[in-house]
Amino acid sequence: MITIVVDDKEIQVEEGANLLKTCLENDIYIPNLCYLDTLEHPPASCRLCFVEIEGRSGPVPACQMEVTKNMVVMTDTSAVRRLQRTALELLLSVHHVDCGHCSANKKCELQRIARFLKVGLKPKRLERYLKDQEILDDHPFLIHYPNRCVLCGKCVQVCREAHGTPAMDFADRGFKTLIRFYGQQTSNPVPCEECGSCVRFCPVGALTLKAEMDASQN
Amino acid sequence: MAEGADRFREVGTEKSPGTAIFSVVGNVRHAGLVEIPMGVDLRTLVFDTCGGIPNKKAFKAVQIGGPSGGCLPSDFLDTPIDFDSLTEAGAMMGSGGMVVMDEDTCMVDVARYFLDFTQKESCGKCTFCRVGTHHLLEILVRITKGEGREGDLEILESLSEDIKAGSLCGLGKTAPNPVLTSLKYFRDEYEAHIKEKRCPACMCRDLTAFYIDLDKCARGCDACVGCCPVEAIFTTPNRKKGVDQKLCVKCGECVTACPPEYDAVVKVSPPHLAPIVERPAEKAKS
Repeated sequence: MITIVVDDKEIQVEEGANLLKTCLENDIYIPNLCYLDTLEHPPASCRLCFVEIEGRSGPVPACQMEVTKNMVVMTDTSAVRRLQRTALELLLSVHHVDCGHCSANKKCELQRIARFLKVGLKPKRLERYLKDQEILDDHPFLIHYPNRCVLCGKCVQVCREAHGTPAMDFADRGFKTLIRFYGQQTSNPVPCEECGSCVRFCPVGALTLKAEMDASQN
Repeated sequence: MAEGADRFREVGTEKSPGTAIFSVVGNVRHAGLVEIPMGVDLRTLVFDTCGGIPNKKAFKAVQIGGPSGGCLPSDFLDTPIDFDSLTEAGAMMGSGGMVVMDEDTCMVDVARYFLDFTQKESCGKCTFCRVGTHHLLEILVRITKGEGREGDLEILESLSEDIKAGSLCGLGKTAPNPVLTSLKYFRDEYEAHIKEKRCPACMCRDLTAFYIDLDKCARGCDACVGCCPVEAIFTTPNRKKGVDQKLCVKCGECVTACPPEYDAVVKVSPPHLAPIVERPAEKAKS
């Protein structure tokens, strides 16, 4: 066990543990969307979990750091907050903010992070660009909403862990990147009806089960 | 290299030893690949090695390091070409690409062009590069169309800084460089686009217009009429030529076609400065 200091709080932890996980387990909240502790190499794609570490220049993503002896971490510096707010604004600028009609309303990670960072859900600084396709329902049991998706990739990961070949994956590239369904035609399709892990792990309301949607509408 | 490391280190500077190969393109007489010892200044490279700017035009800027490098103005011509000096100036060695630009280049359009490239090259994994560069590009496109707004430059600047600091890989970390350097060294051009709807280099199509100087136009010459792809050029009653601004697509073909001894086609920005020449009513065909 070694001791590290996060925001003046001393924490006992195994050397080499993941910094983001350590902070979250010790009730120090750091905004994050794409981190899953089952992954050996976190994707670091959401760019929200920035922290500053003494002796390093500039903010670094906590999910990429292993704790080392006498590490001193600050989660609330102005540089950290600035990057986090910009990242959140960028995500919100491609997000269809319609919380009233969203299944994740009130348990949505974007809402939580916005409240934590004191950013409005409709930042005025940036234009809003939405994808043409509001709904992807070419799957027998799942519906995907590209304009709600934050492209964290958790659905792909949990599905891959549970079933090998995932039922969905990243498609296209650059600004057009989106999650699409695959593999229904294979001889051994994913049993989505019984599983539903992707829906539970989605930090926003970008994935829903068709059966649940039907039930809530009736 | 075949003669060993010590021989290689004899040329160049202490921190950047040896030679470097650059691909010099753009408005220079002798474009192509050049190998120079490190530490040679930009002036020597552009004006001696590559023969300077053709057509008696003035040097405006040089983009060093490829699409993610930076645009350096003439004040930096005495900068030695080595890793540290270029980084300090806001550019970089990068891929060794060097685009030389003359006075007819619009720096906002150059930034837009490079951002268009990096934005398309973004893989889409991380937030800053995927969404951030898209916003930068859209703002730059708007400015080149004359739809820039107050506050755009501040957003460009702060967003560029955040993309540099927050992106996952080198593409995103360097993509805003052309925006940041052109904003730093050519801010007045951005302001002219936004406040006066004027493109100082007359390159942004939506902000420029072509007209024909009637004092220079030769009676009876039809060179421009023949080359215009949209039939925007017509003959006035005194057999000179006029441009129908509603039809003109600003391709610039007439500038090339007008014989150099007349040189009658003029480019202006903002477009309302072009004198309006009425097209004579078409005679009814009998």
